[in-house]
Amino acid sequence: MADAALKSRPADAGGADALTARLSALDLPKGGFTAPARAAALARLKDMGLPKPRDEYWRYTDPAAFNAPSPQPLPIAGAGPDSPLFEDLDRLRLVFVDGVFDADASDDLALDGIEIGTLAASEADPGHWAADLYGTLEAESHKRVARPFAALNTAAAGDGVLIRVTGKPSRPVHLIHRRRDEAADVCYHHVIRVEPGAEMTLLETGMTGARSSFVLEVDVADQARFHLISAKRAGHQKLGWGGIFARVGAEALFKSFALSVNGTMMRYETVVDMVGDDAVAHVAAAVLGDGNRGDFHHDDTVFITHAAERGESRQVFKKVLKNGAKGIFQGKILVRPGAQKTDGYQISQALLLDEDSQFLGKPELEIYADDVQCSHGSTTGAIDETALFYLRSRGVPRDRAIVLMVLSFLADALAEVDDETLREQISDRLDAWLTRHA
Amino acid sequence: MLKINNLHAKLEDEDKQILKGVTLEVPAGEVHAIMGPNGSGKSTLSYVLSGRDGYEVTEGEASLNGENLLEQEPEERAAAGLFLAFQYPVEIPGVGNMTFLRTALNAQRKARGEDELSAADFLKLIREKAKTLNIDAEMLKRPVNVGFSGGEKKRNEILQMAMLEPQMCILDETDSGLDVDAMRLVADGVNALRAPDRSFLVITHYQRLLDHIKPDVVHIMANGRIVKTGGPELALEVEKNGYGDLLAEVG
Repeated sequence: MADAALKSRPADAGGADALTARLSALDLPKGGFTAPARAAALARLKDMGLPKPRDEYWRYTDPAAFNAPSPQPLPIAGAGPDSPLFEDLDRLRLVFVDGVFDADASDDLALDGIEIGTLAASEADPGHWAADLYGTLEAESHKRVARPFAALNTAAAGDGVLIRVTGKPSRPVHLIHRRRDEAADVCYHHVIRVEPGAEMTLLETGMTGARSSFVLEVDVADQARFHLISAKRAGHQKLGWGGIFARVGAEALFKSFALSVNGTMMRYETVVDMVGDDAVAHVAAAVLGDGNRGDFHHDDTVFITHAAERGESRQVFKKVLKNGAKGIFQGKILVRPGAQKTDGYQISQALLLDEDSQFLGKPELEIYADDVQCSHGSTTGAIDETALFYLRSRGVPRDRAIVLMVLSFLADALAEVDDETLREQISDRLDAWLTRHA
Repeated sequence: MLKINNLHAKLEDEDKQILKGVTLEVPAGEVHAIMGPNGSGKSTLSYVLSGRDGYEVTEGEASLNGENLLEQEPEERAAAGLFLAFQYPVEIPGVGNMTFLRTALNAQRKARGEDELSAADFLKLIREKAKTLNIDAEMLKRPVNVGFSGGEKKRNEILQMAMLEPQMCILDETDSGLDVDAMRLVADGVNALRAPDRSFLVITHYQRLLDHIKPDVVHIMANGRIVKTGGPELALEVEKNGYGDLLAEVG
């Protein structure tokens, strides 16, 4: 069987022909203010080529599904059993349909302390503020590890949000994704700049494409704060690649939390550069995978660089896997020379609900400063039978007890959502999903 | 209330018989103590009665109010009125004490065909009970047993008992890890729960807990069986002479 699988793959999987085929399936936008960045990204991509299964950071995740010219169509699912997340919250909504901004379905974009635009509509503005940023952090990220899909995204993205935060807006911004075309190969690119001392919370929910690619570039200036809470619905056959590229200034805060449920093949790359002293960056994810209704493969690859003093970084990744689901975590902390008093922490944990599921963790520390504190831990385990018995001995039925145990397992990741209301809504959503899949 | 007859049990994974014919009856309203040396099977008895995985009953019966306990899941035994206070209460990070107790209480009520308690009624009830046990509101909000001291954990067990109002309470070495004051607080909690329709089985190594929770009957367990049964004076005898003389006497 293995031989047959090998033969069915093109001879130069990930090679030049594959890249040509991948690019020819796309209608690459010329771009306005982004044109130079797009051209540079395309050149980078051609230089790097598509990823190959032997590449260091693709050893646990086969890039074939992302390298393919187009995805299999994915039927548009109904609304699902849950009401949309954050629905009753006071927030500014931006709706994207197959990755393209839908102004009619969205709120008015005016809000004090924040300037919101969209990529496609802003291209014609040659002096747009985002010109300095679009593709910049993405380009920077390749210096250490090649990230071909990030370059591809910069070259190919059709739309996205451009947000400049100058104050402390009264409401979070909520990006809502919807699907229309069941074969859509969605590609969008957000650029956000949080100016010194400013703050924002970005929410992202909904479903995107049969296959999707997103890049989020965030520049968090000195003493600014940015908090991302993403809870996108995947559906069972979904393919998704995403990259978050953040630069964090002095005394600034970057926090991201992602809730990820289902999906056949998902890969998220988070790259954070802590460039100012006393910067704080927290990256967290709660992942639930049930391999029963298709393959489930979820890969979180994180690279945090401490380039200044007294930075605090924290990676908290929790994956709950069942029915042959597979979870990957590749997390790196790089401490540059001079980044003294760095406090780096990383934990990746998997809860395997059966013996068929699998978790692969690859923690990496690379440290070039002598007065730092860095720790990492990775565990893979089953439900704690003693705790399960404790709950049942109090009258909690077995299935419910397991749901409580899973929520308990995910609690540290969820704790990275600062806002209590948001945290409770996500927790309730998890509870509902777990109860249905018990 | 609780009837145990010729109960034999072994570890599921090993061929090791631990209970070798336990026979015991606790009538309604009584407090019975089980004392015995390490390895006599006291804790195993509590686990087998409450349905923990890993044990296999090879012979004998155990019933609560005439219902066969051994055929029931742990949660069914709880709903039927059985409660085990753990020697080492388990920490469950991320699950609030209140959420846990409300889930447990309502699951039991539902299993018995009773109405579930509303959030408001539950809150009122738990505040009342917590107050009598000297448990502050902050402790109720914290995750189950996380960061609790030994004394707090045991008090939390008694709070659960007070909330769930079981008929048959088994206390597995509730005195372990407690200082004198904490032990008195826990004992007061237990004593407050004594009632004509509620029985207790208190498992302990030492007599000192029985100074505070006065038993009606004391059983001595050794090598998987009850080897001697008597009144409170039996506990004093153990305290004075140790288990050696007693065990030699019963052979």
